Amino acid sequence: MKLRFDRHARRKLFSHGITVASGLTILAVLYPLASILYESATRGGRVLFQLTFVTAVPPNGCSIIACKTVGVGPAIQGTLILIGIGGGIALLVGIPAAIFASEYRTRGLGRAISFTADVLAGIPSIIMGVFIYSYFVLYDPTITFSAITGGLALSAIMIPIVVRTTEEALHTVPNSMREAALALGISKWRTTLRIVLVAALPGVLTGVLLAVMRGAGEAAPLLFTAAGSNIFFQGLNYRVAALPLLIYNFAESPYSNQVQVAWGATLLLISLILIANVFSRYMLSRMVRKMSGGA
Amino acid sequence: MSSPTPSSPSSAPKTGRVARWPDLLFFVLVGIAGVAVIALAFAILGILIHESIPSFRAFGPGFLTSTVWNPNTNQFGVVPFVAGTLITSGIALLIGVPLALGSAIFITTAAPRWMRGPVGTAIELLAAVPSVIYGFWGIYVLEPYMRTTVEPNLKTTLGWTGLFGGTPIGTDVLTASVILAVMIVPTISAVSRETLLAVPTAQREAAQSLGATNWETTRVAMLPYARSGIIGGIILGLGRALGETMAVTMTIGNKDAVPTSLFDQGQTIASLIANELLNNTGPLQYSAILEAGLILLAISLIVNAGARVLVWRVMKVGGQSVE
Repeated sequence: MKLRFDRHARRKLFSHGITVASGLTILAVLYPLASILYESATRGGRVLFQLTFVTAVPPNGCSIIACKTVGVGPAIQGTLILIGIGGGIALLVGIPAAIFASEYRTRGLGRAISFTADVLAGIPSIIMGVFIYSYFVLYDPTITFSAITGGLALSAIMIPIVVRTTEEALHTVPNSMREAALALGISKWRTTLRIVLVAALPGVLTGVLLAVMRGAGEAAPLLFTAAGSNIFFQGLNYRVAALPLLIYNFAESPYSNQVQVAWGATLLLISLILIANVFSRYMLSRMVRKMSGGA
Repeated sequence: MSSPTPSSPSSAPKTGRVARWPDLLFFVLVGIAGVAVIALAFAILGILIHESIPSFRAFGPGFLTSTVWNPNTNQFGVVPFVAGTLITSGIALLIGVPLALGSAIFITTAAPRWMRGPVGTAIELLAAVPSVIYGFWGIYVLEPYMRTTVEPNLKTTLGWTGLFGGTPIGTDVLTASVILAVMIVPTISAVSRETLLAVPTAQREAAQSLGATNWETTRVAMLPYARSGIIGGIILGLGRALGETMAVTMTIGNKDAVPTSLFDQGQTIASLIANELLNNTGPLQYSAILEAGLILLAISLIVNAGARVLVWRVMKVGGQSVE
């Protein structure tokens, strides 16, 4: 009897040990997020809250302690332009493609589109940059480094995200809604656009938001396309600045003022991305709840 | 259910015809967008293959076996970068998988209910942090810590293994691998959590009713059930690690040679592209870089396809058992 009790106690103890160890892994896993937030807040907070930070051009390197840190205006502007172009293309291509994949699911092409979107989502983002760069070197070298190619490279990253999330959102719309509309004699295209898409809209917008935020943080595909710049937007066929590129270029700068600006840009970028993510998660969960309640 | 007009054709042919052409137009328009998505995939493959032809002509299969990457002599082999990619991703898995599994197990089996949502969300937020920010953090926070604390300790305790030769300088293969581990943990953790949650409650309760402790329930009833989903998540994480660019480029040291120890500098295929595509010395190097990119594309496609198949299968099994 005693032996069995001991064995049981040992098993329980081991189980508790595992629980404690797995709890510790949570701390290890979350530590980088906390550290990144803390470091960017302490090292970049001061510059970010200067009035000129979002409007001024980035500083030249200077090693005098009193030199000005100024701002990241062109990078903010450039990032907005790039995600505008990229997001616009991703919307125009991704949402219709997802409608096809979801609403004409029985056809082979529909399945091929979902599969391709999955494949594209797995392609490293730098390959998208190489693809756009090489394409333009071959066919139109005059705009290889421009807002156009930068936007295209970002759209190649965003399209699969938009397709997948839109498709998922369309799947959450109960079939009874489609059938009810069709039974009333409403044509398929009206049913899809006015009823199914509208019902799925929060999910679709969430997907677009996630895709845009992903694009806003990407540096690799912009290295050979948007290529970065220290001045404000000149036109669609000129090089353009972007926040991630600015962080990359200033990260290893020997000048402390440029490093400080990079930390400020980091704090700005990460705050926007985290807020957008939390917001979109909230929207998604609300929509799922509404849908399952309605069905 | 695919037919938009349920009425038989003889009853109302007129309205049927009126309703049909806008439907057809709509079908064609969304179809064009769908075909564009597929065309994008083929265009990427086509361009990469087209641009790597000169390198393929010059080196043939020797490109895959040569360890020399020398722009001065126009000799290019991809081995250093494939090695760098596989070593960093492999170490990232060694570090990341236990952490990811531990966190997923904790969230699904041990964490109090109020903790599950916020902790799960926080782990997923880690996946949203841009790569360049991980790299920046790596340079200023992780790298000094690795150089002053982790690497000297590894050298004194595990130096006999030969893995930790040379001077610990911080900007090296090991630091890049640690950054990659941090970046892939959220992916693996999220997928593992999903598949563990898909284990039927009856399965858990059966083990518990036989007197199994928490850990025994997890080990006997849950992990085997969720196994292929977890493996799928690990492969998805691997796919992310293989193609990760900015964070690796900023921490690995960028040396075009096979690393001789974990404290040596190296280069992955992705960091090679980031560093040398615009600084190529001539068309042959450009083409060789594109061929390396093609190899990276092939590796990540194979890895991701494998993960998809596994995750899909699990999601299907989970879905059916819930219904």
